[in-house]
Amino acid sequence: MKPAVLLRWESMLAVVLVFEFVLFSSLSPYFLNVDTLSDATFNFTERAIVALPLALLIIAGEIDISVAAIIALASVAMGLASAHGMGTPAIASVGLGTGLLAGCINGALVTLGRVPSIVATIGTMTLFRGAAYAVLGDRVLKDYPETFATFGQGYLVGPISIELALFALFAISFGVFLHRTRWGRTIFAIGANPVASRFAGVAVNQYRFALFALTGLFSGLAAVLLTSRLGSTRPSIAQGWELEIISMVILGGVSVWGGKGSIAGVVLAALVFGLVTFGLGLMNIPGIVMSIFTGALLILVVAVPALMNRAHGNQR
Amino acid sequence: MSRLATLSGNARRDLAFAALTLALFLAVTFAFPGFAAPRNLAGLLDDTAILIMLALGQMLVILVRGIDLSIAANLALCGMLAAVFDRAWPGMGVAPVLALTLVSGTLLGAVNGLLVWKLRLPPIVVTLGTMSIYRGAIYLLSRGAWINENEMSREFLAFPRSEFLGLTLLSWLAIAVAALFMVALRRSRVARDLYAAGGNPEAANYSGIDAGRMQFIAYSVCGAIAGLCGYLWVARFAVAYTDIALGFELSVIAACLIGGVAIAGGVGSAVGVVLGCLFIGIIRSSLPLVGISAFWQMFINGVVILVAVLLSARQRQFKRTILEVRA
Repeated sequence: MKPAVLLRWESMLAVVLVFEFVLFSSLSPYFLNVDTLSDATFNFTERAIVALPLALLIIAGEIDISVAAIIALASVAMGLASAHGMGTPAIASVGLGTGLLAGCINGALVTLGRVPSIVATIGTMTLFRGAAYAVLGDRVLKDYPETFATFGQGYLVGPISIELALFALFAISFGVFLHRTRWGRTIFAIGANPVASRFAGVAVNQYRFALFALTGLFSGLAAVLLTSRLGSTRPSIAQGWELEIISMVILGGVSVWGGKGSIAGVVLAALVFGLVTFGLGLMNIPGIVMSIFTGALLILVVAVPALMNRAHGNQR
Repeated sequence: MSRLATLSGNARRDLAFAALTLALFLAVTFAFPGFAAPRNLAGLLDDTAILIMLALGQMLVILVRGIDLSIAANLALCGMLAAVFDRAWPGMGVAPVLALTLVSGTLLGAVNGLLVWKLRLPPIVVTLGTMSIYRGAIYLLSRGAWINENEMSREFLAFPRSEFLGLTLLSWLAIAVAALFMVALRRSRVARDLYAAGGNPEAANYSGIDAGRMQFIAYSVCGAIAGLCGYLWVARFAVAYTDIALGFELSVIAACLIGGVAIAGGVGSAVGVVLGCLFIGIIRSSLPLVGISAFWQMFINGVVILVAVLLSARQRQFKRTILEVRA
């Protein structure tokens, strides 16, 4: 039953994706073009790269609302590093390190401090974003070395950007990790029933800590890519992204109650998301109107299974 | 029995936090005697009034194990609705605007409540979704345009600012709402049911309290407050546009957490929430006096939230370990 439902969910997303392709290519003659499509990927790769570890975290029954604030903090750290004359590799390391450190703080609050993850990350979100504002105020940092632009603007081969290649690489790695290894199975078990997992000898808190750290690290990576692409840092960078990234994960069929989800679903949801944003842009529809659809879709995604459960008789 | 214990523990926490808030206030006054001037305090209350009302509404939702991320979007949509209404019928006065925002806010809140109650959807996803939808709806309503001061009628603008006994009507409204909450949460049956439904939904169900219905009521009341605050916000700042109060939901939730409301539900008091808001307000208005840039406000809020939730997590550990096994 379970894999069948999952399969159906993912095939539904795939159908939506194909529908989008047909719709947009019929609406705009510029859509079906390798360069256009390559440009379109920049709309989602950075967010999708954070969505991968966040999916694992949500499957394990936790949540991290501070991801966008971590991106901002890491970006500010990189800006300062660059202002102190560091080279490109050092700047990128600072970004990744800041992300990892921020993720560890979240992990420590949830495991050692025993604070529910939603509260802990609302707190750290305010803290990290607040730190970015406190350091920068209304200033802008944009003295990045020329080579730093490679990460977010460079191409690996032909029309495949470095961002897209990284996303593909990590999507496959996360998919294999979650669905083919013992650790992945354990993450599902923790999300389905943390108490039972603990009694079965799983070091639940170590998993939680590691997943928060991983999410922080990937937020740092997203910060490197985004900062490199924009070439500047403002404290308001990536504002509101946490909600878009969480929407991406939930749209991908990951259950907010934990214990259910797949990487394939998240990847498809990311593609759907990116294409919709890009397609609406092609048609000059403002992003805020699109947010009505995203919001409705988000509720629909969780409402449909709930309604189906009701139709199939009472679950509780 | 255990609820009695929580209540008294709650009262103790409120008392300690009141002492802390008072100490902060005295410290600032000691350093800057002008801070305690009646004019300044009235200004502080006026600045904090909307936060107080919203945080009280949000508290109800968190009490029943929910969360309302759409509260600021609801506020903004109702505020835009009020501004559009006033522009179309400027001679109608304030009463219809108040009624309109209260009704529309209640409806928007009830949508959240119904989805959470009838379909048992996770509150965070529902309100994340409605937040996007309500924001988008403002854009459709206003077509992205701003409604400025010169398009608003005089009564519309004057209502929250008119003064009575040295305080603005906005401040008096906040005081009235806070007083109502303090009395109703202690004395009314609905409030006791709310606490019961949040503290232990299954036990509440066995004793004949519909926990889902309680969630619906909490979301609706929270929505009504958000709607009312929408008009007050727009009139006070004399402008309405798509992005007003963007991200304010997190400040509201922060005020609740600082005020001792437990995200796990069932724990929280009106006194604590009001104190939490005043605490934030005092810090905010003393920052420029101390010479710290206003950009530090958010960072300080973050530190305060984390300290507050770490402390309450420790407290809860002692009380709930007997009842709930935690991994």
